[in-house]
Amino acid sequence: MAELNTGDSGGGKKGSKKVRSKKQNSKVDLTAMVDLAFLLITFFMLTTTLSKPQSMNLGLPDKDPDKDKNKDVKVDENRTMTILLGDNNKLVRYVGLLATPVAGGAPKDFEYGKDGIRKELLERKEKVLQYTGNKDKGMIVIIKPSKKSNYRNLVDILDEMAIVGVPTYAIVNDFTPEESKLINGGSTEAAAPVTTNP
Amino acid sequence: MAIKMKKKSTSTDMTAMCDVAFLLLTFFILTATAKVPEVMPVDTPASTVQTKLPEKDLATLTVGNGKVFFDVKGKDVRIRTLELMGNKYGVKFSEEDQNKFAIMESFGVPVQNLKQILDMSPSDRKSVQQPGIPKDSLDNQLAEWVQNARIANIELHDKELELAIKGDAKEEYPVIRKVMDILQDQKINSFSLVTGLRGKEK
Repeated sequence: MAELNTGDSGGGKKGSKKVRSKKQNSKVDLTAMVDLAFLLITFFMLTTTLSKPQSMNLGLPDKDPDKDKNKDVKVDENRTMTILLGDNNKLVRYVGLLATPVAGGAPKDFEYGKDGIRKELLERKEKVLQYTGNKDKGMIVIIKPSKKSNYRNLVDILDEMAIVGVPTYAIVNDFTPEESKLINGGSTEAAAPVTTNP
Repeated sequence: MAIKMKKKSTSTDMTAMCDVAFLLLTFFILTATAKVPEVMPVDTPASTVQTKLPEKDLATLTVGNGKVFFDVKGKDVRIRTLELMGNKYGVKFSEEDQNKFAIMESFGVPVQNLKQILDMSPSDRKSVQQPGIPKDSLDNQLAEWVQNARIANIELHDKELELAIKGDAKEEYPVIRKVMDILQDQKINSFSLVTGLRGKEK
């Protein structure tokens, strides 16, 4: 497919019109072909490299129906932040106990993402480290996805944990009535059924 | 001469570009692995995590629309799993069925109806609405599939099977939780969540 007719290939002789018309014929316009080729390349690149599934490892605590009833782990409430996930991407967090939150830790709505909960997590992580003064005792985040929350919310918040580098986090399914009220925006609808361990 | 020079400059020589393009194209076509068509397409949520899923010793539970589909990697493991399931539920699978199952995509039918799905052509399987694998406490076939796939994998590959949950982004949490509970009931406390790719900056 070499191109035969560069200007000087014919020795640059002042070719007659006949020769020139021949030249035109021998030249194939490759533009469309190249277009097609690149289109296909793009397609294959996207389908091969970008579609490779990513995965996120998740470790859950041991679940033993006999043990977990009487094995409560006591943690310092100053280190815990609880994140409640609601429907329509609603997210409420509080620090410490719900009845007696630590300073600045009263229940508050946050957005997902960089300027929302991530900022808060980073700030809080620093504060906890100052409070404990011990690198091994970092922040503890309790994630409580409500029944209305969806899978994306859960993955998003787990992703934030990975980004921020929260040392300890747990997914907890038990809602207290107060928490249900909080996440359901005060509406009584569907506030009750989640409570198993008040 | 001057006229000729002009002519040269108007048309670019595409040959080399074309060669390169097709070379790359060939490369990408050859390296692309034929992707098994998904029976139930799900929209996985994005995350920044970069870990890739392992290529083998993996079972994937696809969750979407409240239905769960099951898939195991590796033909030998699949055949053994099917045998074990057949024994457990008293369903006989012929050798042909097993071979079909080995190359099948993920499926979501009760084991009693699996034979019908196996008899279909791959294109028909997609058009059929599969009801998902039963996972309630009365008929927890999902747990059996997971259990038997793990047994099969240990028998054949001498390795613990890894599990991945591939959930649809809009799937409600209780369904995911149910699947996680099934895994945890078998003392599988560590598994992967399949996510899509997201850039560093969100």
